[in-house]
Amino acid sequence: MEEKLLVTAREIHGLYPHVHIWGFPIATYLFLGGLAAGILLFATIYYIKGKEDEMPFTVKIAPLFTFIFIMIGLLLLVYDLHHKLYVWQLFTTFRIESPMSWGAWTLVGVSIFSLLWPLSYIDDIEEYLHERGWKRLDWITKFIRTLEHKCKIFRFIVLFFRKHRKKFAYILLFLSIILGIYTGILLSAFNAHPLWNNSILGPLFLTSGVSTGSAFVMWLSNNKKERTRMSVIDMALIATELFFIIHMIMGMQAGPEAFQQAAHLFLGGEFTVIFWVFFVGFGLVLPFILEAMELKGFHIPPALPAILVLIGGFLFRMIMVYAGQMSEYPL
Amino acid sequence: MSKLNRRDFIKISGTASAGMVMTPPLTSIWKTIFSDEEKPLLENEAKKVPTVCEVCFWNCAGWTYLDKEGNIKKIIGNDIDPHSNGRLCPRGTGGLGMYYDEDRLKKPLIRVKREDGKSEFREAEWDEALDLVATKMKEIEKKYGKESMALLFHGKTGPHFEHLFKAWGSDTMGEPAGAQCLITREAGFIATYGAGLASPEPTDVRNTDCLVLIGNHIGENMHNGHVQEVSALIDKGGTIITVDPRFSTMAAHSTKWLPIKPSTDLALLLAWMNVIINEGLYDKDYVEQYTYGFEQLKDHVQKYTPEWAESITTIPAGDIYETARLMGGASPRVIIHPGRHTAWYGDDTQRTRAIAILNAILGSWGREGGFYFPEKVKLPKEAHPPFPKPKWTWKDISRDKHKLAIMGITNELIDHALPEYKGPYKIKGMFITATNPLQSIPSQDTIRRALDNQDFVVVVDTMPAEITGYADVVLPEATYLERLDHLRTAHHRQPNIALRYPAVEPKYDTKPGWWIAREIGIRLGLHDYYEWEDFEEVLDWQLKQVGSSMEEMKKVGVKYFPRKTPMYLKPGEEYWFNTNTGKIELYSTDFEEWGYDPLPVYKDHGENPPGFLRLIYGRLPMHTFGRTLNNPNLFDLKHDPHLWVHPKVARIYGLENGQEVWLKNPKGKVSSFPIKVRVTERIRHDSVFMPHGFGNKGRIWVDGKKLEMHRAYGRGILDSEMIYNIEIDPVTGGTGLRNNFVTILTENPHKKEAKS
Amino acid sequence: MAIEVNKCVGCADCVVACQTENNVPHGYSRDWIVEIARGEYPDLYMHFESQRCNHCDDTPCVRTCPTGASHIIEGGIVKVTHDECIGCGACIEACPYDARYFHPEGYVDKCTFCDHRVADGLDPACVSVCPTTCMHFGDLDDPDSEISKLIRTRENYTLIPEAGTNPQIFYLK
Repeated sequence: MEEKLLVTAREIHGLYPHVHIWGFPIATYLFLGGLAAGILLFATIYYIKGKEDEMPFTVKIAPLFTFIFIMIGLLLLVYDLHHKLYVWQLFTTFRIESPMSWGAWTLVGVSIFSLLWPLSYIDDIEEYLHERGWKRLDWITKFIRTLEHKCKIFRFIVLFFRKHRKKFAYILLFLSIILGIYTGILLSAFNAHPLWNNSILGPLFLTSGVSTGSAFVMWLSNNKKERTRMSVIDMALIATELFFIIHMIMGMQAGPEAFQQAAHLFLGGEFTVIFWVFFVGFGLVLPFILEAMELKGFHIPPALPAILVLIGGFLFRMIMVYAGQMSEYPL
Repeated sequence: MSKLNRRDFIKISGTASAGMVMTPPLTSIWKTIFSDEEKPLLENEAKKVPTVCEVCFWNCAGWTYLDKEGNIKKIIGNDIDPHSNGRLCPRGTGGLGMYYDEDRLKKPLIRVKREDGKSEFREAEWDEALDLVATKMKEIEKKYGKESMALLFHGKTGPHFEHLFKAWGSDTMGEPAGAQCLITREAGFIATYGAGLASPEPTDVRNTDCLVLIGNHIGENMHNGHVQEVSALIDKGGTIITVDPRFSTMAAHSTKWLPIKPSTDLALLLAWMNVIINEGLYDKDYVEQYTYGFEQLKDHVQKYTPEWAESITTIPAGDIYETARLMGGASPRVIIHPGRHTAWYGDDTQRTRAIAILNAILGSWGREGGFYFPEKVKLPKEAHPPFPKPKWTWKDISRDKHKLAIMGITNELIDHALPEYKGPYKIKGMFITATNPLQSIPSQDTIRRALDNQDFVVVVDTMPAEITGYADVVLPEATYLERLDHLRTAHHRQPNIALRYPAVEPKYDTKPGWWIAREIGIRLGLHDYYEWEDFEEVLDWQLKQVGSSMEEMKKVGVKYFPRKTPMYLKPGEEYWFNTNTGKIELYSTDFEEWGYDPLPVYKDHGENPPGFLRLIYGRLPMHTFGRTLNNPNLFDLKHDPHLWVHPKVARIYGLENGQEVWLKNPKGKVSSFPIKVRVTERIRHDSVFMPHGFGNKGRIWVDGKKLEMHRAYGRGILDSEMIYNIEIDPVTGGTGLRNNFVTILTENPHKKEAKS
Repeated sequence: MAIEVNKCVGCADCVVACQTENNVPHGYSRDWIVEIARGEYPDLYMHFESQRCNHCDDTPCVRTCPTGASHIIEGGIVKVTHDECIGCGACIEACPYDARYFHPEGYVDKCTFCDHRVADGLDPACVSVCPTTCMHFGDLDDPDSEISKLIRTRENYTLIPEAGTNPQIFYLK
């Protein structure tokens, strides 16, 4: 019989029986960040390719939601801090070795740009809202128009942005890739948790984020061609995700004991059902099938696969945050 | 283009950056108001006051560190102190928790009405409480005589009240350190060597080659100086042999562990004697010169062969031979350490005699690497008129049955306090200080009945332990960090004294023990015995008699004096031992005289009742039984005890690690609280182990408000609750408590009762 | 730091000394005791380990700190500047030894090897108080220091070496 026990009482909240200091707020932020990254990635790529009129929702309208998502994400992050008053310290320095520092600065950059981008498309936004029948949100567009009239600086910034939009698109594209990938890199830098400590996590998070982005566009776009295109892209992304996931788990199984124990969380452990049935099944495979059926001609309401992908993405982040903290090196 | 001009731009950016610049100072201001981050106290900033620790009886000397505001920050050992060598044990380090404990007794309490079970107290001023105590003591004097007021005491507070009682005219006293702990060991050694071991035991561990621990789980008991010397012994590569039914900490660090069947230790000791004598491993010259009764011993142990011992102790005969040879080979640098709390199965004085005999034939008594001759400083007692002679004392109570009782037998005192006792030595009043008899003296039911039968009970304590609930008057004592007490004059290799000086004023409305005793004494008309006002006068006078002073002691804390007698026997030196024959009595003439076995005879102590497990209890290194469980610093180290259960037993009862269980003894007594299970191979399949002193139940009501040790309340099981079988040692009256058995209940028995 | 596990009796003096020296709040501890037991009665083995921040050479915690609050000072001691810490918890996630925790005030706290004592030439509080003198502290870069000699001559191990953090506390058998 082997015993390893803690002799002194050390019931510090969040440390025992395993580290569990990150939960719902962080997982939600990861989801929102990935979603925002995905949307912005598409917006900027299609803009740079000159397809802004073919993919109107993607390029002109969707980034507005990005700003909201990022703001919610930021609020969640600050709420989760234990030393909130000192949050400004994040911006007194840039630490190149710390993915979290990358993330802090990137978030600031993305949030600024993701606000300016839709502001420069205010007419198209108005049109979209009218098409959708969301008259209630009229006051936002009216307010912005008034601001444009009254505030000189505001007008200047918006015009400046419209003029140099292509340059800013490249910057925003770069920032959105970092946003999509840095959370995965952040987690993979934690040697303490074998489940996170692999190099596939970064690309996996990026793919998942982009997939949720495309699902989002597919759900809310008014343009059928846009929806179809996004649907095809999403199918490719889902396939890539599945490939990454299998690769990650096989890699862990082939690794040292601690990694095998981490993989076991999904292969018979607590997270087996929720991972394979709910995330992979309902969040990846089912939407893939639905999207394929749609392409084949069956009429599937676009909201259905889109929402499944979004929920799946959120579940994936939740699983990774909770299961990751459970995977530890035995002392 | 834009009509934005420079002024507007600067204004805007100025506001923004001002906002950025303002945030740091704002957070600093916030921090100054709302948080008080404490910086560690640096050596050169601290004020140091000498103290002697009172968390256990090792009484290490140390320094209380105070910061500039006079708050106690930490306690560090005194480098020149032989008990601690500058390093206190965890309890000493955490001693400041006693001072900061918010559950402390704060004001004198007087019982207002006496109901069964529920105790109601009201706060009172000192004058009223002390007057009441004096009045009641005089009443008892009138009704029954002063002798009927008994004193149960412990620790360094005790001597103040001993003086009070003796000055008044009562010598009816006892401390648990006697019958419950050391008395069997002292009697065994005194009968053999004419001298006991006292504290700290004069075992020359740092110079020994072979240490045998039979009854001493050092490392779990933090006998500070000895733990340090054992550690040095491990460094040296010395041999350590541990005899213990469970795999104790020291067993894990030993050269050899003998997993003995409980209650069979005497068989092992006799078998060792057999091998050592028959193989000529004993110190022949030493035995020849200094001992009496070797031939009788030799004849006596012939039948106690290792093969016989194997069948009794379950230790393979080969191991018994091997360890005996190790001991013999190391002779005379060998110590067979009896430990403390030697009252186990009722024949304990014989067992400690066997240990003393074994040491003697190996020639370790008075030899380097064995037992040195300790010496202590003799401080003159302040002059006072001779004590009055009481009509009867603890000796009359104890020595009637137990001829060699060297101090008051606490449970005999308790028995004489029961309503059914009709003899001449009746006890009708109790003065209890620094001990919780409900935890320390078996059995609980007897004590409760005895206390209920008293006319008057006074408790002097620092914490609201369970005993305070039975008092008529509770007097809050200041902790050791806030008071003066007698100088420590414990014996050691070199005679030394240590000063305990108050580091801070007593917190709340507590008072030092000497003050309480004096105030009561004055009220009893004992002015002649208290000619001083402040105890510091007494200490200063004592110190001046030996060539020191309070000034000096406050600076050094510990002072050494030269030895007057040699520490070891010189080879071939003539030496007279304080026994009947003047020699080390392997064959005890005292025991023979009083009708006890002059040589230890093995007695079988029976087996487990079917379905029950033997209850083994012991110590934890970070606690001193009930004394420290509420101490916030030590509570942080460990607050829940665990019941060690063998995996086989766990399977039978269906137990998991961490599961809560209750215990029941064969008399049907069920534990008040549950305890958590630890499934481990370190315990035998027929026994369970748990640390002593948990399961605190102390709770009193003061002016309608609850007063209890809230951290300690209800955690774990008190072993004293489960102990029903008390085997009294006929020689000394020591109470053997290790022949007790329990069974495990997985369901809460109290819920069931409530339901039905 | 080096700790001799053949002498440690698991008394937790190191834990309470650290608490009184560094004003660690109640309910928290910067170091702790772990018991390791193996075997079947009566063939048993057991030892205690006093664990704390290992002040690693390849610190994952310092690397991941976004504000630089976690940093390394001279001598290799890993410290946290309280006023720069935002309480994000990245360093706690990064540490495989459970050494770090959130102080009730919000910042991250852990063992500092009592650098305020080391600066005065003293040993950390835990090392100074240990009654079995099983704890040793010194300059690992100096080959002639007592601690370097101990590590060279005694069989030793570190905790979770496979995590790749290069811990600097050596447990001597």
